[in-house]
Amino acid sequence: MLRKLIGQFFKNRHQDEYIIKVTSAVSNKNVKNFSSEVEFEVKDFKLHRIEDNGPATKVSVNKDDALKFYRQMLAIRRLESASGSMYKEKAIRGFCHLYSGQEACAVGMKAALRPGDDVITAYRCHGWTYLMGASIAGILCELTGHIEGVARGKGGSMHLYAPNFYGGNGIVGAQVPLGAGLAFAQKYRGKNGVCVALYGDGAANQGQIFEVFNMTKLWNTPVIYVCENNGYGMGTSAERASANTDYYTRGDFVPGIWVDGMDILAVREATRYTVDYASSGKGPILMEMATYRYSGHSMSDPGTSYRSRDEIQEVRQKRDPITSFKEKVITAGLVTEAEIKTIDSEIKKEVDEAIKKAKSDPGINVEELTWDIYCKDDNLKLVRNVVPHTELPHKRFNKAQNV
Amino acid sequence: MSLIAALSPIRRVLGVTFVRQSRNVSHFTYQPDDKAPIEGEKQKMNMFTAINNAMDMALAKDDSTLLFGEDVAFGGVFRCSLNLKNKYGGDRVFNTPLCEQGIAGFAIGVAAMNVKAIAEIQFADYIFPAFDQIVNEAAKYRYRSGNTFDCGSLTIRAPCGAVGHGALYHSQSPEAYFAHTPGLKIVVPRGPNKAKGLLLACINDKNPCLVLEPKTLYRSAIEDVPLGYFESPLGQADILRVGGDVTLIGWGTQVHVLRETAEYAKRKLNVNCEVIDLVSILPWDVETVCNSVKKTGRCIIAHEAPVTNGFGAEIAATVQEECFLHLEAPIQRVCGWDTPFPHVFEPFYLPDKYRCLEAIKKVIDY
Repeated sequence: MLRKLIGQFFKNRHQDEYIIKVTSAVSNKNVKNFSSEVEFEVKDFKLHRIEDNGPATKVSVNKDDALKFYRQMLAIRRLESASGSMYKEKAIRGFCHLYSGQEACAVGMKAALRPGDDVITAYRCHGWTYLMGASIAGILCELTGHIEGVARGKGGSMHLYAPNFYGGNGIVGAQVPLGAGLAFAQKYRGKNGVCVALYGDGAANQGQIFEVFNMTKLWNTPVIYVCENNGYGMGTSAERASANTDYYTRGDFVPGIWVDGMDILAVREATRYTVDYASSGKGPILMEMATYRYSGHSMSDPGTSYRSRDEIQEVRQKRDPITSFKEKVITAGLVTEAEIKTIDSEIKKEVDEAIKKAKSDPGINVEELTWDIYCKDDNLKLVRNVVPHTELPHKRFNKAQNV
Repeated sequence: MSLIAALSPIRRVLGVTFVRQSRNVSHFTYQPDDKAPIEGEKQKMNMFTAINNAMDMALAKDDSTLLFGEDVAFGGVFRCSLNLKNKYGGDRVFNTPLCEQGIAGFAIGVAAMNVKAIAEIQFADYIFPAFDQIVNEAAKYRYRSGNTFDCGSLTIRAPCGAVGHGALYHSQSPEAYFAHTPGLKIVVPRGPNKAKGLLLACINDKNPCLVLEPKTLYRSAIEDVPLGYFESPLGQADILRVGGDVTLIGWGTQVHVLRETAEYAKRKLNVNCEVIDLVSILPWDVETVCNSVKKTGRCIIAHEAPVTNGFGAEIAATVQEECFLHLEAPIQRVCGWDTPFPHVFEPFYLPDKYRCLEAIKKVIDY
């Protein structure tokens, strides 16, 4: 009964709040099966030094995209659940930071990026790696240190790569100046691409971020700074760590937009706007994604000592990016329950197979310990071993993809 | 005779005049290389001109090459980038704000897109805000990505070393901090030819390189430099003087101190020293050093940086491991003291020829 009531509540809520119009001409009765594009109203953006009206709040999504977004978000959620359980099984060791709860940020941004745009992010990078072209198996294999991982098992959880994806990064905030440099090189090489440089609310207090705000504004560099504000920098809430928690304003002279990071359509729309802005030569722009992480900061953090379980539950129930999007598009008649179920089972299968592979693949050969420290082996043919006179060969595995 | 001159013997005894006088003279005498690295037309250049010439060539050779840093568009504080902005435009040669961490991170990002980046850190003493970026990002980008991405087209230049009046924050030699980091290459030139060749080699090398330029040589070191393009090999030491009794190892300005010491030792003690310029701190030329020590049986390493954990410690450890049965005396390190780089005490701090000669005596008499 209660479930039914809640269901009803959501249904009404979404119908009232979100559905503006169904663009294809179909009768109301058949709306669930035949509409191909639906318009929704997203939460207002907050603007800082944006001179026009900012991104549109009326956004439309077609059926193919809706299914794609759902698939991508769900894939990330399942990938992260798998990472979490494999970590608990000790199949994954070391450091591991999960993205569950934040899926709409990455999927929404990726939806608005063009081929050739670059992305660089922090250590919570599994989802981005997947979106930029790596397979789930490639990521899980990397996490278990096996040879078919995206970085041959040598990077691990925080150091994943894909074409145009310059990596997760283990040092808090350090990737942001790199993103500024990547964007500068985009412009210098006349590629017209932008670089999205992501960091968290915790890293937002790093000095080097302010250094590149300044540099990129001076030089009109096409970089989109994205502060994913999930509320907590490790175990310290944003309010306890930042004198100004309006992260979208913290670039000062860099224009900023606050975005509901739990709504993929809002994220996509804001990103479209920022891509247009940055690639039209106006310089850097900043987005704050208001989001939430369900897991602790890392696997050693249960995530419950600095916030209540109720708080997490409430977000899961009311703001979850996946279930809210699913309900929205089903209610609007854009996709059917059956289509959702098909995706669910396809993703489950893909992740299950990836888990199996990651657990079974051969580990990287120990001789690669001393490979790829330098580019050539001409003046570093040998690397010292722990035992004298048994030096290890230094080799180059392959050509880097940026060269 | 003036009163001051009359009092000078007394003051000398007290050590006062020694400080005053030494502060006004250089602690070394520059010696140009005996032979130019390549044939062809040459021009007399000091070290900053040779560096300028190298960067000019790099910018002309590959139009992806960028040059940036604090004040480099105006020529840079040591004039190394003089006129390059005029020649190649403000898009390629430009000033950055005063933020070393940002400069290094930005440079790594630029280089990750295979653009050749020459970043200047105005003084090696200012490089520490960028330490994280250099050690954690630049050095490890290739390894941690399984060679998917790298920033090998990055070269960072920074003036280092004693200059007579630099005090704590314009005199340091931070090579050993970076030498602890696999993935980087570090070189220190001893003069104009070496500076040009090493810089061009570093710019062309597919690894992130750090060129530490002894700032005192920018103007004082003058020699004939070929106008053509040439590279000096990275990871290779130079034997500048052949001798059979003691091996003296140094780099940068200290090479000239050692060459003078070697002359002095020959004259005063009839000892034949072999002088090696290590040139490359990482990777370093173990073979040349160890072959020399196996021949001489005695080894002295001298550098300006403080003795504890200076790069001399690494050389000494390797030499004793490789040459143990050949050694006639304990390896000596003649280095800066374990103090901050002092202003008024600079002459006492530096490993000058007298201290180096003492070490020679010690290993000969052992």
